[in-house]
Amino acid sequence: MEQKNENMGRVKCLIWDLDNTLWQGTLAETDRVVPDPRALVVLKALDERGILQSIASKNDGELGMTKLKEHGLDTFFLYPEINWGPKSESVTRIVEALNIGMDSIAFVDDQPFEREEVAFSHPSVLCLDAADMDTLLDMPELNPRFITSDSAIRREMYRNDAHRNQLEEHYEGPKESFLASLEMIFEIAPAQEEDLRRAEELTVRTNQLNTTGITYSYEQLQALCDDKDHRLLIAGLDDKYGTYGRIGLVLLELHANEWRIKLLLMSCRVMARGVGTIMINYLKREAKAQGVALRADFVHTDRNRMMYITYKFAGFKEMEKKDKRVLLEANMDAIADDPDYVRVLIGT
Amino acid sequence: MERDVIKQKTREFIGRFVKNREIGDDVGLFETRLVDSMFAMQLAMFVENDLGVELADDDLDLANFRSINAIADFVQRKGG
Repeated sequence: MEQKNENMGRVKCLIWDLDNTLWQGTLAETDRVVPDPRALVVLKALDERGILQSIASKNDGELGMTKLKEHGLDTFFLYPEINWGPKSESVTRIVEALNIGMDSIAFVDDQPFEREEVAFSHPSVLCLDAADMDTLLDMPELNPRFITSDSAIRREMYRNDAHRNQLEEHYEGPKESFLASLEMIFEIAPAQEEDLRRAEELTVRTNQLNTTGITYSYEQLQALCDDKDHRLLIAGLDDKYGTYGRIGLVLLELHANEWRIKLLLMSCRVMARGVGTIMINYLKREAKAQGVALRADFVHTDRNRMMYITYKFAGFKEMEKKDKRVLLEANMDAIADDPDYVRVLIGT
Repeated sequence: MERDVIKQKTREFIGRFVKNREIGDDVGLFETRLVDSMFAMQLAMFVENDLGVELADDDLDLANFRSINAIADFVQRKGG
């Protein structure tokens, strides 16, 4: 069914209520609240599926966190909101912190009043009744189309991000020395078999920073990997606080006099680290060494402006234009060095 | 948009990334390393979205984003 397909894996984050949802009992009334075993099953399964989780609870913040830590559950939740304000506002703050769309949020609470309050302010949030806990894992919205090895560490990656953001906020000094303090390593390597699921996921999830908006299936990517006239490169980023995962993809079409960038894709989470430009400079250097021109296909979508600007600031000029389709060509005269603050490794 | 308004909005936008500093109108943002080249992209998006200037091919030149004055000059030239 078409509708079912569209809804599949729509939810990127589930926000939990605490009292009589995650645990049995009301914390303000009794210290002896007990995590609900059915809720724990859901919590762990969603975590494995790579769905993020957070909290919107009306409780004393410190008390709530202490209780979660007591049961070893605190680390499952990103940006928990435990306060006495309206839950709709907690949801807003969580969404902003995670930088994802409101329409990828689900909220589970035992109280109809709370669900309605959130739904009123955020009609696109999927509001769930805690009474339906047993059916949650079967819902298409909570079943992502892709589960890759990056899914299992997604929570960890977001926690690392949260930590870095906090450090950056308190950092006194120019941004470049903050970036240097991260000790980033950016690796570009030909995609291997085990990268293909993640590569497919990247093309489907990241339509924001995809230069042509085209998505590829696993099978298509596999065929391109094996094809001698194509090169598929995957990029990963790590720093001293942990990994960012596999965050970029390039598809090159090789011709006698030209390399054509058919696809350049960067996860929006790492755009601020300047990796798009690093990738482009690498491709320029390689093309120049091979004595070929470097061109790029670009299709304007309503989301990928940032990639167009990346190309332009990297010295690409428009050669041809028809409607939303553009052919860009790189100026190879002066290829900028990689920034000091990141180590670039080329894998084979 | 009036020049003063352009400069004020730009100063506020930059202030979100460069904290606790007064930035003079002529200070080279990139030369003085107050911001990095990635910020140029965010600045370009800001000029498009908040100052309402549609950036054409030729406009995506770093010189147009060099300083608060440069940005104001550019926006006024584009009739924004």
